[in-house]
Amino acid sequence: MGIVKNQRDGKSGPRRLPSGAFTVDSQGNLVSSTVPQWVPESLVLQIGAQVLAVFKGAAGVRPPFSELRVHYAAFRITAREMRGGAIIFLSPKKAAPPPSS
Amino acid sequence: MAAQNRILLLDDDEQMLELYQTLLEQLPSRPEVQVCNSGARAIAMLESEPFTLLITDLRMPKMDGLQVLAIVRRKFPRLRLVVLTGVVDEEYRSRAYAQGVEMFWQKPGTVEDIQLFQDCIESMLDRPNQPQEGFRGVQSKSLVDLIQLECLSRSSSLLNISRGGLNGKIWIQNGEIIDAATAGMTGEAAFKEILSWKSGNFEILPADAGRARAIHNSYQGLLLDSAQALDESKGPPAGAGPEASQTPGGAPAGLAALGRFEGVGFVLAIPPDEKQPAESWSLESALDTASWARDAHRRLAQLGESLRAGEFAGAFGFGLQEHWALQAHERKGLLCAGFRPGLSAEQVEQTMKHVFDKWAS
Repeated sequence: MGIVKNQRDGKSGPRRLPSGAFTVDSQGNLVSSTVPQWVPESLVLQIGAQVLAVFKGAAGVRPPFSELRVHYAAFRITAREMRGGAIIFLSPKKAAPPPSS
Repeated sequence: MAAQNRILLLDDDEQMLELYQTLLEQLPSRPEVQVCNSGARAIAMLESEPFTLLITDLRMPKMDGLQVLAIVRRKFPRLRLVVLTGVVDEEYRSRAYAQGVEMFWQKPGTVEDIQLFQDCIESMLDRPNQPQEGFRGVQSKSLVDLIQLECLSRSSSLLNISRGGLNGKIWIQNGEIIDAATAGMTGEAAFKEILSWKSGNFEILPADAGRARAIHNSYQGLLLDSAQALDESKGPPAGAGPEASQTPGGAPAGLAALGRFEGVGFVLAIPPDEKQPAESWSLESALDTASWARDAHRRLAQLGESLRAGEFAGAFGFGLQEHWALQAHERKGLLCAGFRPGLSAEQVEQTMKHVFDKWAS
């Protein structure tokens, strides 16, 4: 037939956004995590490193803050500073339901 | 010989009362420590005998610690206040400090913390109490500075200002200006009139809790309006050409207008080109803050790309002294705003949305 072609071309689907929570110490080392196993640890550590950098970068510039919220179009990160480290929550945003016809 | 310090300890937990009474009686200055287990009883004891210091829990039945503080601060302005609580809540801490508390302690859990608590109370008792009535002033401060100090520290007080035969009053409640009165005027009109006085005397009196709120503008908005009214009354300087309107201090009028939103403490606009300087309103360390904001945005935007989380929509920081928000505009660059700590996270996010929309329009 050839009219309907199978579009499978070996490419993977959209990347799932991680969810869960994890803690890092003041050096950025992973202390504990409820993030699913399929999420690469390198990604988790990258999130932790950037969050810690934002907390620490404010030192001496702005008054210290204990909670950081970062909003993306499809994702949210909430972090609470804990003695130099942080506990970080990852929350994919739910897509709005399609409009009913 | 110095008079013995007298401490009143208030907690609904009898075991805590017994423990802390023993700990405080061991202090080097050997204060007299009395205890009570309810707010009503504490107020009755304070009315019958003079005390130096009240140490109170927050979570108590019938009358909680914040209610006790509000009553005690008004009735006994010379009484020193400390909170000792098992609840660690930033909102409680802010509200307690707004009531004039000198220290906010979480109930110590280790030997070291207990020793630290005892040392702090002892050093506090060693320090002479600051007078709460009569005249107190700083020669080099303007009225604007005084008002900002009272509002930034979220105080509740009554500013009594005199100038020759004129007298004015400004009521401040939890860091917000709620009313003003002078020469037959009240409200914002009276506030602007008082701000037009170039010299005089002032005293800071205990807050008048019964004063109804007649002013709903933020203190930053009131100060800005007063400054603009003063400028307009002076007229244009001789030889001045047409130029963009500026607020006192040189802040662009557009950013100053953003400061009128309730709770906004500072505004910083950072252009996309790093060679161009940032513009700010009510911000001292604009250069350093701009540098930090650029770095924070760069990190978080790159993180979003790594996660494929969609466009960076904003970042918000919440602290005891200040909240802040950061949003990016494709063409105009970054907008960073500071908010007073009394706002909730939702209020900060909502207000920032309005501020950003106005800036971007």
